[in-house]
Amino acid sequence: MANPQRPPALLVDDLTVAYNSRPALWDVDLEVPEGVLMAIVGPNGAGKSTLIKAVLNLIPRSAGSALFYGKPYEKARSLVGYVPQRGSVDWDFPTSVIDVVTMGLYGQLGWLRRPGRRERALAMHALEQVGMASFADRQISQLSGGQQQRTFLARALVQDAQIYFMDEPFAAVDAVTERAIVDILRELRARGKTVLVVHHDLQTVEEYFDWVALLNVEIIASGPVSTTFTPDYLRRTYGGRVSALADSAAVVGGD
Amino acid sequence: MSQRSAPDRTVWVVIAIVTGIALLFIPFSRFVLNVNYDYTLSTVAVGGALLGIVAGVLGCFAVLRRESLMGDALSHAALPGVGVAFLIAGRDLGVLLLGAGIASWLGVLVIQAITRTTRIKQDAAMGIVLATWFAAGIALLAFIQSVPDARQAGLKKFIFGQAAAMVQSDVQLVAIVAIVMGIVLTLLWKEFKLITFDLEFATANGFRTGLLNALLSTMIVIAIVLGLQLAGVILMVGLLIAPGIAARQWTHRLDQMVILAAVFGAFSGAVGGIISGVDNTIPTGPMIIIIAFTLVMLSLAIAPQRGLLWVVLRTRSDRRRFAAQTTLRDMYRYALSHQNARHPIPVAFIRGITGSQGVTGLKQLEAQGLAARENDAYRLTPAGVQAAASDEANQRLWDVYREYSHALDLPQVNEDRQKDIRDVLPAGAVDRLQQTLEGTHA
Repeated sequence: MANPQRPPALLVDDLTVAYNSRPALWDVDLEVPEGVLMAIVGPNGAGKSTLIKAVLNLIPRSAGSALFYGKPYEKARSLVGYVPQRGSVDWDFPTSVIDVVTMGLYGQLGWLRRPGRRERALAMHALEQVGMASFADRQISQLSGGQQQRTFLARALVQDAQIYFMDEPFAAVDAVTERAIVDILRELRARGKTVLVVHHDLQTVEEYFDWVALLNVEIIASGPVSTTFTPDYLRRTYGGRVSALADSAAVVGGD
Repeated sequence: MSQRSAPDRTVWVVIAIVTGIALLFIPFSRFVLNVNYDYTLSTVAVGGALLGIVAGVLGCFAVLRRESLMGDALSHAALPGVGVAFLIAGRDLGVLLLGAGIASWLGVLVIQAITRTTRIKQDAAMGIVLATWFAAGIALLAFIQSVPDARQAGLKKFIFGQAAAMVQSDVQLVAIVAIVMGIVLTLLWKEFKLITFDLEFATANGFRTGLLNALLSTMIVIAIVLGLQLAGVILMVGLLIAPGIAARQWTHRLDQMVILAAVFGAFSGAVGGIISGVDNTIPTGPMIIIIAFTLVMLSLAIAPQRGLLWVVLRTRSDRRRFAAQTTLRDMYRYALSHQNARHPIPVAFIRGITGSQGVTGLKQLEAQGLAARENDAYRLTPAGVQAAASDEANQRLWDVYREYSHALDLPQVNEDRQKDIRDVLPAGAVDRLQQTLEGTHA
């Protein structure tokens, strides 16, 4: 899948992150080829969100590096789109949906310049993609959880990045929104983008994603879903405690 | 679009009203209260207004960043700085405020150090610093007052604030700071908005969030320190957050919130300053806070959408409307089950299925001419039958919308079934729903 001439979309090398001298991530190596939809799965406290945040320089690393298309983050910012957990902001903030989406363009605008008509048109287009165009002027305090998530997604889409990092976009959204998000993920992949998603639902990994990283402080395995999402690796990630594993494992084992 | 412009206008109306009251207050105070607008009082009025603007504008960010309590700790922590500065350099406002600012910053650093290195949470750490610093300040002022020195006279006024102590050079200082802050806010507007809403996203997008955060915090501290001589260390937090809280009730837009907070702040600062300036025995701080929180109370009560008054009224009218709609539906179905839409429906039946809601509903329907009483029963009027039928059709269209909107690729709208779907969706979309409906029943 990966072109040997081109550097991988993401190359993480020896990444270690520690909170109060307890490692949250230990010596993580990860190579993500361009154009894959990758799920990052693992138990609670496995460091899934921490991995994304450390890679994006949002929290300090104890050791290690991350390269985006061969470039360090400072030089690759325009290539990277980020969708934080929707619970990370105050949804009673006085602003409208289109305003939040336009924030995705602030970085490209740079200092001092203000968003104008062009930015509004781009934001509107992104809202259409997530099926939220009629909500553009809605106050964000009036949105449902799924609508909040789609607003955040639109804010990332408007950045037109090459590689996207999404922190639990499927958390507590209804089936319609989940469907809409999956459609968008597939469209991103069709356009050659790379998407990394922190994911909780093991049942849907094989349906939604083609690449997977199993994480529990260390990387247990990463690669194509067909060869990586196996009962053996899952047991080593979750310790064989999860009953859902039995179903998943049965499917994989039956092949 | 009409949804957007109505609240937009509200803010300007409120601004006009507040400005009008402020302008009327001057002749009112002059002729009714016999206030003499001499040099001192004009200075106080202008200074109070400017400080109110600075505090109100920066206070919006303090409120949205959930740093209201931090603002309180900051202002209390300023007091020992005032005392130390006086001992070193005497009564020069610039120096006193510098001392206040340094003491505040030290307080914040200690709060952060406590939170980081111990298991004490931030609110407790703020409590510790606030109390300790304030106690030290009081002790220091008591010591200074025990030394016979005429210059220390104005010092105690930092506790509750005294606008009358302001002189023209103070006002000039405030004016300069206000202009500089206005420029910084205008230039960095989108950056400040972004870091206030979503700091992490701003960092990921390459903004120097550390720097921006420090800049915004510093401006908040300057606003607090400048306001100390007006509102005093104890009540300064009120002048900081009240205008922002009041403004938030009237608008859902940050720019409007900030402008309105500036107007509310100016009003509180100027009017509070004037009232206490007339009679020197009234400390300015409490006066300003009484006015500012009157604005908060009024805003909480009557602001459209958010105001308690509207919430109560809306809840009542909703209850009536829903009761009428439910009762109409029940009656229509009951009548149809007797093969006649105008079949009389016994009151006991309506009471039996929905209780008091049914009684409310019947009253509403009767008032609207949709149902008429006949002995112990009600009968739908021809208008009632029509209303019930069109409601039924509407609900069916909503059912189809829920099931097929995705397949038909219709615009995603909030499924508000109390509304006529024709008012929510474009005409073409409703036609397609109608076709689907007929197709599925064919």
